Amino acid sequence: MDLSRRELLAAAGKFIVLSGAALEAFESPTGALAADSKYRMADHWWAMTIDIGKCIGCGNCVRACASENDVPEGFFRTWVERYEVNGEDMEHPQVESPAGGMHGFPVRNTPGVKSFFVPKLCNHCAESPCVQVCPVGATYVSPDGVVLVDQQYCVGCGYCVQACPYGCRYLHPTKHVADKCTLCYHRITKGLTTACCEACPTAARTLADLKNPKDPVHEFLRVNAVQVLKPDMATGAKVFYKDLDGSVR
Amino acid sequence: MDAVIPNVQGFMYPNEVQLTWSVLIVVYPYITGLVAGAFILASLARVFNIAAVQPIYRLSLLTALAFLLVAPLPLQLHLGHPERSYEMYMTPHRTSAMAMFGFVYLWYLLVVLLLEIWLDYRKDIILAARSRTGVMKWVYSALTLGSRNIDAKSLHVDDRVGWVVTLIGIPSAFLLHGYVGFIFGSVKANPWWSSPLMPVVFIFSAMVSGIAVVLLVYETVAHLRKRPIDMACLDTVAKYLLYIFIVDFSLEMLDLVHRMYEANQSFRALDFMVHTQLYLSQIVLQIELGTLVPIGLLALVQVGKFGAILRRRIYTVAAALTLIGIFFMRWNVVIGGQLFSKSFLGYTTYKMAFAAREGLLPAIALLILPFPILWGLLKLLPPWEEQKV
Repeated sequence: MDLSRRELLAAAGKFIVLSGAALEAFESPTGALAADSKYRMADHWWAMTIDIGKCIGCGNCVRACASENDVPEGFFRTWVERYEVNGEDMEHPQVESPAGGMHGFPVRNTPGVKSFFVPKLCNHCAESPCVQVCPVGATYVSPDGVVLVDQQYCVGCGYCVQACPYGCRYLHPTKHVADKCTLCYHRITKGLTTACCEACPTAARTLADLKNPKDPVHEFLRVNAVQVLKPDMATGAKVFYKDLDGSVR
Repeated sequence: MDAVIPNVQGFMYPNEVQLTWSVLIVVYPYITGLVAGAFILASLARVFNIAAVQPIYRLSLLTALAFLLVAPLPLQLHLGHPERSYEMYMTPHRTSAMAMFGFVYLWYLLVVLLLEIWLDYRKDIILAARSRTGVMKWVYSALTLGSRNIDAKSLHVDDRVGWVVTLIGIPSAFLLHGYVGFIFGSVKANPWWSSPLMPVVFIFSAMVSGIAVVLLVYETVAHLRKRPIDMACLDTVAKYLLYIFIVDFSLEMLDLVHRMYEANQSFRALDFMVHTQLYLSQIVLQIELGTLVPIGLLALVQVGKFGAILRRRIYTVAAALTLIGIFFMRWNVVIGGQLFSKSFLGYTTYKMAFAAREGLLPAIALLILPFPILWGLLKLLPPWEEQKV
């Protein structure tokens, strides 16, 4: 097939445009705005969905988060727990999270035991108890629904750590301020997804924008049995779990 | 898992393994409790006109002041960025219980305690400014704040205003320490803390500890000055200690019975903790040695006939045990509230450092520090009648 120089350039141009678009779609599965667009906080309300059945406990998310966010050793912005529930005894599940599940879990096949993985992270609560108790207002809910800490302002009192029902916060050992998951705010405001979602090989975790009518989260919430952690805490948690077992706390 | 995360029994969320609040946060409510208790004891003499406790009125006020001056130090030492603590005054977060501490503290220090002490000592200070020489003349002159009028009318005004300040001071003392209880009691994430009874228990335990510390200070000062002790005063103070201690213990037992009867999701985990990790500090030191024994001793004096010396000794032992018991009550609240996982599936341990910033040594230093301050205050503003400044 002979191609003229004009045809070759046109084909190459189409390829670049189409592959760029495909790459863009891959980079922002949540329907977040493209990287070059002007990000408007008022247009978003961020959340996350987690499909318990899809999590294989590989720990990719924990490693990706630690690497992306320079998480200090021994602390976790996200972690994975393995639950083992024996029959009807939901009150006493065997739970473990060695090194936050960062290196995966040892293989164990206990007959008659229900086993599954539960990824955890900050629930970016709309009625966040950590935000409520911060004495100086250093921790806050951003207009796009992400609970953040102004580390230049935090006094490091630790009250927010005590107030979080989910164990998602810690005092940074060298910065001496509260630290936690930012939902990779530096990424999502550029149209990217979070490091943990990007690293998940089974798409068990998906960043969601509740204000985007085209986001698959709406379908996810409509067709699945969905639960948040500790609903009795009434924190307005925005990490939605599909098929969350009643033994999980 | 135990090999990976030491000191953990069962499962804890990974970020829970290390305690966020240390022994310094135990010292903080302990000291503010002593302040509130000592002040309320003083108010018995002033507002309720209980003549028997008059000899310790001024001593109680000065004790409260000595402890109040130290109260913010454990917090400052604990903060990750103490240099930013002024932000609580500059930009307080209105929804935060903790944000109000600075304001409650300042209100109590400036509006209540310093004002009341100044009004009560104003005549003494002015007389000292006239009679003393050298540096102390300047010190007392400064303390007069330019007010030199000590005629009868002026002193009468002092007395009336002082009475009003004390009247305001009683709810303020309740506010100071009830508020500290609220800081813990309002944390819904923590079932060990979350209770509307917490502020009330804190107030009563504050009164108990404050009365106990003033009783010991009074005995010690009398001993050091080789002056006789007013036994009528000591008996009355000990009687109040007993009554308030009974109310305090009843409230704590009410909380316990309520938890046992409800036996909700957290109960089994907390019950296990009390019978294992907190057994020594809660059952032995707080309840048995620090509550039942002093209540028993104080009650014994009420029903039996004992000589003055024996009564004094019993009061000394009871007050010392009370202070130990209340200290461990604070310990069990603060440290106990962090030893279990919010998943209710496991427990961690608290390894207290010694010479570190949040270690045992600074905690002991902070508990001792009010006493040299009190010594200085007693030198500056002697509370006894026969040796007025």
